[in-house]
Amino acid sequence: MKVAITSDGNSLEAKLDSRFGRCSYFVVYDTESHSTEFIPNPYKENIEGAGLASVQLIASRGAEKVISGEFGAKVKSLFDSLKIKLVMLKDPEKKISSIIELLNHKI
Amino acid sequence: MNNPPHFKGFSPIGLTEENLPVIINFEEYEAIRLSDFELHGHVEAAQIMGISRPTYTRIYESARRKVAEAFVLGKTIVFEGGKVYFDSEWYSCNNCGCWFNHPEKEQEIKNCTLCGSTDIEQYKETSQQITTENIYICPTCGYEKMHLTGSPCQKEICPTCNCLMILKGTPLDHKMKNKNCN
Repeated sequence: MKVAITSDGNSLEAKLDSRFGRCSYFVVYDTESHSTEFIPNPYKENIEGAGLASVQLIASRGAEKVISGEFGAKVKSLFDSLKIKLVMLKDPEKKISSIIELLNHKI
Repeated sequence: MNNPPHFKGFSPIGLTEENLPVIINFEEYEAIRLSDFELHGHVEAAQIMGISRPTYTRIYESARRKVAEAFVLGKTIVFEGGKVYFDSEWYSCNNCGCWFNHPEKEQEIKNCTLCGSTDIEQYKETSQQITTENIYICPTCGYEKMHLTGSPCQKEICPTCNCLMILKGTPLDHKMKNKNCN
């Protein structure tokens, strides 16, 4: 299963970006192959519609779960209809590597 | 609620030091929108929001006080939370502290989607503090019950002796009005 995480940098040492639509990078992590892919967010500077465009980007990568600090109202309902799970982490200091570690604790 | 605000709040101009923000719930925002922007009466607005008129008035009053507080003291206003925010099933994990939802409502959730811990809690709309304000007591036998939002509390009946229950702390002469009481 693929998991998308919003990140503020393009390394595993980067921290979770608390914004969803205007985060710097999306990390797509594959829980089976343990591979990570960093995608720079092309919609970061968008004035409008950054969230919805980001949802499409994530959905096209086949992610089934999204981890971020917060989601807007428009994005939430769209994710709901796409059956993509949302995870909100209220800890902006968390590193991408430690989030991936958390994901791997799953049995 | 149909119309969530499209932004997160307001901040005062020209203040150097940041005050603690005033948090306005979405239902309070909605109350101000219905009453002062769309100019509905309280009865009408309460029907739109699907709540009782007294509840509406209470929410509206609280909203106006918060707005006034922010104006007078130069505080930031933040729209947050309230009982309308979580539209799908939300859970919180006590292990990693995350919040997560599950779009497929049929399945039972046992593990946190992030860390896999079983120590999770479903977000409840009625996570109220227990105060004397929302505890009902039977005047005859002393049976206590917590008031749940949405249930008509004026007709709350004690399960043991059929007495009409009263708000804890009200004088006991309310008992006189009861007809069914043994």
